[in-house]
Amino acid sequence: MLNHYEAVFILTPVLSEAQMKEAVDKFKAVITSNEGTITNEENWGMRKLAYPIQKKSTGFYSLLQFDADPKVIATLETQFRRDERVLRFLTFRLDKYAYEYAEKRKNTKAQPKAEEVKSAKAESKEEKTEEKED
Amino acid sequence: MAHGEIRYLTPPTVDVKKKKYCRFKKSGIKYIDYKDPEFLKKFLNEQGKILPRRLTGTSLKYQRKVAQAVKRARHLALLPYVTDMMK
Repeated sequence: MLNHYEAVFILTPVLSEAQMKEAVDKFKAVITSNEGTITNEENWGMRKLAYPIQKKSTGFYSLLQFDADPKVIATLETQFRRDERVLRFLTFRLDKYAYEYAEKRKNTKAQPKAEEVKSAKAESKEEKTEEKED
Repeated sequence: MAHGEIRYLTPPTVDVKKKKYCRFKKSGIKYIDYKDPEFLKKFLNEQGKILPRRLTGTSLKYQRKVAQAVKRARHLALLPYVTDMMK
């Protein structure tokens, strides 16, 4: 019995690039070693938190989408809890519509970095115009 | 004779009520993404509280999904739990 899952976790900003990758790989290994398959992986990079967590105002976000047995989730979440580098995590099962959305997102994000930069710029522009309108 | 016409001192304002609609039903959105805080802000007031259905016009089914998405976004610090002057 396999389900589609999505996990997002926030790592502390004090880690170096290599340590970050190592941490992400560790959680990927937890999934794959329990007969799960990772379908998608995204690094959102350093982001500002909306409120401080453990006195830190930024965090390194990463997202994993995977197909796995429900039993894997418990082990994955204990790993998240034990790891001091993880500020926050969220795992949940994707329902039918969420899965469709995730698949679409995965396919449109074929060229991730360029698009992200563009969208970020567009967003900031939009914000500015909105401010003017107000 | 005098009943023919009712006259008001101030004419009653007949404003056409604009019918509210559920934007998710209208545009066929099936899943509300918690990863997009800018979109979710449309359903929050300035303090970051979720707006009621009677103001946004969202149908009950999607209001529940909006609430779920907002709560996920809050947990991941994409949206604040409490704030002032969000917009």
